Amino acid sequence: MSTDKLVDFDEVLTRYEPVIGLETHVELGTVSKMFCGCSTTFGAEPNTQTCPVCLGLPGSLPAANAVAIESAIRIGLALGCRIATWSRFSRKNYFYPDIPKGFQTTQYDEPFSTAGHLDVEVDGETYRVEIERVHLEEDTGKNLHVGGATGRIHGADHSLIDYNRAGIPLVEIVTRPIPGAGAKAPEVAKAYVAELREILLALGVSEVKMEQGNLRCDVNVSLAPIGSLEWGTRTETKNVNSLRSVERAVRFEMRRQAAVLDDGGRIVQETRHFHEDTGSTSPGRSKEEATDYRYFPEPDLVPIAPDEEWVEKLAAALPELPAARRTRLSEEWGIAPTEMAWLVNAGAVELVSDTVAAGATPADARKWWLGELARRANDANVELAELAVTPAQVAELVALVGAGTINDQLARQTLDGVLAGEGSPTEVVASRGLAVMGESDELVAAVDAAIEGNPDVAEKVRGGKVQAIGALVGAVMKTTRGKADAATVKRMLEARLTAG
Amino acid sequence: MSSDLTAMNVDELQAALADGTTSVDLTQAYLDRIDAADGELRAYLHVDPEAALARAAEIDAGGTRGTGLAGLPVALKDVVVTEGVPTTSGSKILEGWKPPYDATVAARLKAAGTVLLGKTNMDEFAMGSSTENSAYGVTRNPWDLDRIPGGSSGGSSAAVAGGLAPWAIGTDTGGSIRQPAALTGLVGHKPTYGSVSRYGLIAFSSSLDQAGPMARTVLDAALLHEAIGGHDPLDSTSIDAPQPVLAEAARRGAGGDLAGLRVGVVRELGGEGHTDGYEDGVLSGVGGAVSRLEAMGADVREISCPAFDLALAAYYLIAPSEASSNLARFDGVRYGLRIGDDGSRDLDEVMALTREQGFGPEVKRRIILGTYALSSGYYDAYYGQAQKVRTLISRDFSAAFEGVDVLVSPTTPTVAFPIGARVDDPIAMYAADLCTLPASLAGVPAISVPCGLSEGLPVGFQIMAPALADDRCYRVAAALEAALTADRGDRGFLDQLATRRGSAA
Ligand SMILES: [Zn+2]
Repeated sequence: MSTDKLVDFDEVLTRYEPVIGLETHVELGTVSKMFCGCSTTFGAEPNTQTCPVCLGLPGSLPAANAVAIESAIRIGLALGCRIATWSRFSRKNYFYPDIPKGFQTTQYDEPFSTAGHLDVEVDGETYRVEIERVHLEEDTGKNLHVGGATGRIHGADHSLIDYNRAGIPLVEIVTRPIPGAGAKAPEVAKAYVAELREILLALGVSEVKMEQGNLRCDVNVSLAPIGSLEWGTRTETKNVNSLRSVERAVRFEMRRQAAVLDDGGRIVQETRHFHEDTGSTSPGRSKEEATDYRYFPEPDLVPIAPDEEWVEKLAAALPELPAARRTRLSEEWGIAPTEMAWLVNAGAVELVSDTVAAGATPADARKWWLGELARRANDANVELAELAVTPAQVAELVALVGAGTINDQLARQTLDGVLAGEGSPTEVVASRGLAVMGESDELVAAVDAAIEGNPDVAEKVRGGKVQAIGALVGAVMKTTRGKADAATVKRMLEARLTAG
Repeated sequence: MSSDLTAMNVDELQAALADGTTSVDLTQAYLDRIDAADGELRAYLHVDPEAALARAAEIDAGGTRGTGLAGLPVALKDVVVTEGVPTTSGSKILEGWKPPYDATVAARLKAAGTVLLGKTNMDEFAMGSSTENSAYGVTRNPWDLDRIPGGSSGGSSAAVAGGLAPWAIGTDTGGSIRQPAALTGLVGHKPTYGSVSRYGLIAFSSSLDQAGPMARTVLDAALLHEAIGGHDPLDSTSIDAPQPVLAEAARRGAGGDLAGLRVGVVRELGGEGHTDGYEDGVLSGVGGAVSRLEAMGADVREISCPAFDLALAAYYLIAPSEASSNLARFDGVRYGLRIGDDGSRDLDEVMALTREQGFGPEVKRRIILGTYALSSGYYDAYYGQAQKVRTLISRDFSAAFEGVDVLVSPTTPTVAFPIGARVDDPIAMYAADLCTLPASLAGVPAISVPCGLSEGLPVGFQIMAPALADDRCYRVAAALEAALTADRGDRGFLDQLATRRGSAA
């Protein structure tokens, strides 16, 4: 689809230094919208969650949602920002049908929070991302362009607008430009968004469901020749809506821009669209013919002066943040930071933690989530957390193994049943008859049969070639379809073959 | 005493309602008067007689008639959003729009049991001083049909002065209640900014707009004000404080004792060295009023407020700037007019055509002015600077109120001017608001009360008070009103017009 010339990624880095920047929009999980009482529930029938205020009907006025303001300030605090003692909303004026008032109520030169930072780790190295500002605004409605090839407004037959989303509180988190990441720039961008997402989850301010558009990223990328003192012209790729896409968007823009620069071309400062299918970007509106937004303080809302004591209370009441929590868990679980990084990348920290809380040892919990379960998630192309098994069930599985009720092989079969919705591990073991066989008549018979069926092997063992016993154990396991405990079988065979 | 219900003050109508006159009778009397006179005056944009009579019958049946405001008719400026009742703000762009909700002002009047007579004409989006900017025709001044009734609340002023409503709601951004009240012989009060909810007033300039009463007497105005005022959580700029007692202040003021009241006459508003553009008749009427206050015991002195000279310039940057943003929502997408949506044009063209054909010239002038003033690179020089001037004006008020209790001035430099006289000269038109702008910019309350006639036309006297001291405006205005009424020996200022009406008929 993309006809852009691209330079090989490794080659880009031989000539250029990337600078990235991210603007992240987070829909807060408040019950009601930013400036009215309408519900924010996702997926309702179009235009059923609207009122005169969020439709911008003549005469209507906004009333700010106190919970949203508190959430925005808590996000600022979690990012180590300075909280303004005086803050205001502003109007950003432009014409587009999805903004019902002809302006978006946002914050301009007086945001709630400024000057924070977020440390992210990529391959054992820490990158400090400076946060420029955290501010609160309202979301726009959603346009649906009907007809036409692109799904965009140009070429469409007609357009429909759903204002259910209009007025949902949105926190915008803007980084300062991030230089110096070099080849790691795509991963740093991704790791930043992933870490931010963890923080937002820990704060409980948003569900952060990227697939529902709770978290949307605008990715800025520029390239400068290595050694250059000035940064290059940046592009802004809009609405990059998954962690993987953030990484791909940075990578693609680096490769595209390098090709343009190599050809002696000039990067146009513009917004670009990201295409999930191809991982490419294409030009949107050019900033060089950009709108003058004519920002001015919103006269319909009074300035907000967060009380210092109140802010201190909010800061004191912040939950343990993900980085601190990971440090603590690493210590508690006795694992190295790199192993913790694997858990983070796999999205398994919470799962392991919950599994430990349900009684499993940290080692067992990690083994299952990073091993068998990670493999199954990968096969099914889903996130770990999306597997139909709970941490409590994994802990139960571990306990069954520990008690000798099942062995690892039976545990995998038990897991099949759990994932198939057949119930808890204990229930699956019972219904599928997966419990390890004790020294039952059936097992004695199977041992006898194995010796009788393999007389030469039995003879070797009797003759002192103890390692040959493995073949007999295998035979017993086969006849019992894995239900026997290998150690038990081995002991029984030894007793039979080596006793005088 | 006249038995014509439409020539009575509201306190008299309350007595009549308590005494057995039905709300239906009263409403019918006004509807008859509208029928007879509005063809000429054109005060109303929308009247629904059946709905009004049905509402009156409902009040009659409900048993509240005669208590408070129940059963009393009222007219609303068409800037006030009314559920199910067409609301245009005087603009073509909202032609046919029936709002799905009530403004807080409308809801409170409804809850008080009033009967909506209709929606009154106005300058488009409240931008104007003569009602000549209405997209629906000019309203005439009942005192002289060839003259303007003031603006932008000219429909409301003409309706009340002409006996087509006992009282009405107006809105005031730079003088749009006080100036038309002055030019038609009414009492009009602009409340402290934030003391009457703006929820449901179609916004012109958000930091200035206030709704308020326009009435035949000071007491009537106070009664209407009390019904609409007070905190409203739907308006974030609404002040969360108890409303001062206004009707009682008016009654007390009518006693005429102003001993100890310190009155400042603003030099910059028609005083020495600042008389350019002020008519002699206006200045002498105002001078007479000041003398009357003094005679009632007030301590009068002259006060200088130098920043007031800059009010006009600041206002014509701030108000258009906010308006340019407030009016952006009229894009033809969701409601009202839509032009050119025939499948051949794209969205931007349809929006542009709608706004081109939907807005009148004065509205476009102000949108362009405001858009320019907010533009990047010009913001500091225009909008930013105007806000600083606004601060200076507020400081002048604060300094003045350290020495005096109220400030007074003419409400307007001239009496009502002839229709058409200033339409081609916006600066001359803007000058009509010279005296009312400072109180608007500072957010302080100000009342206009008639103080006499000049060349047979009403002259208004403006009394300004510190923020939240609206009761002081009512008290002083009532004292002056009572003294002047006693001088004339009638029941109120409008009796002079009724006499004329009677003799003309
Ligand atoms: Zn709403």
